[in-house]
Amino acid sequence: MSTATAQIPLVDYLVLGDNPHLVANECTSCGARYFDRRNGCAKCFAEDFKKVEIATEGEVTAFTIVAFAAPGVDVPFVAAVVNCDGTPVSANLINVEPDDEHVKLGMKVKLATKAMGTDSAGTEAVSFGFEPA
Amino acid sequence: MASDDIFILGINMTKFGKHPDLDSVDLGAMAVKAALADGGVTMADMGILAAGNLLGNPGFGQQLQKQVGQTGIPVYNVSNACATGATALRTAIMAIKAGECDMGLAVGVEKLSGAGLLGGGGRKKSDDDTWTPDGRVGAVASVDGRIGTMNMPGVFAQVGMEYAHKYGGADAELFARISVKNHGHSTLNPLAAYTKEMSLEQVMGDMMIAYPNTRPMCSANCDGGAAAVVVSGEKLATLSDEQQRRAVKVRASVLTSDPWQEGCQVLPDVNTLTRQAANQAYETAGVGPEDLDLVELHDCFATAELVHYDNLMLCDEGGAVDFFESGKPFRDGERPVNVSGGLQSKGHPISATGIANVWEICHHVRGEAGDRQIEGAKVGLAHVIGLGSACGVHILEGQAA
Repeated sequence: MSTATAQIPLVDYLVLGDNPHLVANECTSCGARYFDRRNGCAKCFAEDFKKVEIATEGEVTAFTIVAFAAPGVDVPFVAAVVNCDGTPVSANLINVEPDDEHVKLGMKVKLATKAMGTDSAGTEAVSFGFEPA
Repeated sequence: MASDDIFILGINMTKFGKHPDLDSVDLGAMAVKAALADGGVTMADMGILAAGNLLGNPGFGQQLQKQVGQTGIPVYNVSNACATGATALRTAIMAIKAGECDMGLAVGVEKLSGAGLLGGGGRKKSDDDTWTPDGRVGAVASVDGRIGTMNMPGVFAQVGMEYAHKYGGADAELFARISVKNHGHSTLNPLAAYTKEMSLEQVMGDMMIAYPNTRPMCSANCDGGAAAVVVSGEKLATLSDEQQRRAVKVRASVLTSDPWQEGCQVLPDVNTLTRQAANQAYETAGVGPEDLDLVELHDCFATAELVHYDNLMLCDEGGAVDFFESGKPFRDGERPVNVSGGLQSKGHPISATGIANVWEICHHVRGEAGDRQIEGAKVGLAHVIGLGSACGVHILEGQAA
């Protein structure tokens, strides 16, 4: 039996493989970047986009430590905005203690992946977060 | 008064809090009847009804008419998140400005007691037990809690922390002290849901919801309604001296949505649209922030109040922490903010909020605010934000000499 498990990313803008990274849809007219499926550009209304790779290292520009969440959401967790070389990314901070002694504004972080479990077809879902660099 | 001016003729808010025996229509009817009585008019005088009730019947306006008066006037059921009440008010104002009628009614109601956490949550588990991409990011599972947070305390916590990162000087204690201020203010407001003074230790020691926001730093879910009667200057001139004296001039009524900004689809940008609304309002009204005797701003969380000092230009850019430290936003300060107790203690029945904060300003500029009257108040500003986003700003001026 092969040791390679089929994987699927939590979201389609997470690219797995040897060098996991995020990709954005970049407007070819104005350069605005988006992570979701687009009907057009919110900034300039153009309709053409190209895929661009997002830097895997960045700086925490905002965070919160969520202690109380909707049913089914594990707490506590750290939600943050990470500035990846100019592109803001929403993500959890992982592999760090969720308290204000360990999580700081301005801290340097890097992308990391995390297994979410395997479905009945044997496919493993993989999420991402940022961990201290 | 110029004939093309717009005035608040009558306005009311119900007691905010738990009303287990009253439904949305009851609360709406109470607010409407009291606002009409306050203005000395009846449903027969109204030319339009704009109504907001996010969590109830989509036809709430008509449902309400069936209890307070079915006169055949146009009804607009409006929805704009937490800016719903301000949107209803502005809809009535626009109808008058457009010349369609000379008096209109706006109402907002919410039943929110025990609603718990708003925003966020997972999607329903599919019957299929295989990972299947779905939605605009092809997610195989709920992203809330896995890719950041969508719950309101967490979103607004990050809004405040972003400001702290950008300008420095704000920490968990500073945000908690903003909450202490508002809870202190609430002790003078008999209509507030919570009227208990809280110490810094109590605020910081309470249950953590989303750092740095503890429970008392979050807007209080509660039931409540608010309604306002608006009138044209031309019509007001035909009414009694008493009605004219108590009428409150709408110096500016502005609604904005969030313009594209870098990162605004990652973390909502509640700053730019507020700043734009404030700029438009100041320009229209011909007043500046230094002319405001009081401000009711959208402190849905303590972390939000800080950024709106800056967005409403109550301080220099980047100077919100200094503004707070100076004591100016306290009720005995130079620029009192949220003397009602704010959403953290007065409560936040979503659709009522954008009219209730106008009621608070009207109460003061009419000189009718009793124990919590800001002495000599003449001009005030009311601000709301609905995440998504919508921002309403109204600048109001009393007529009583």
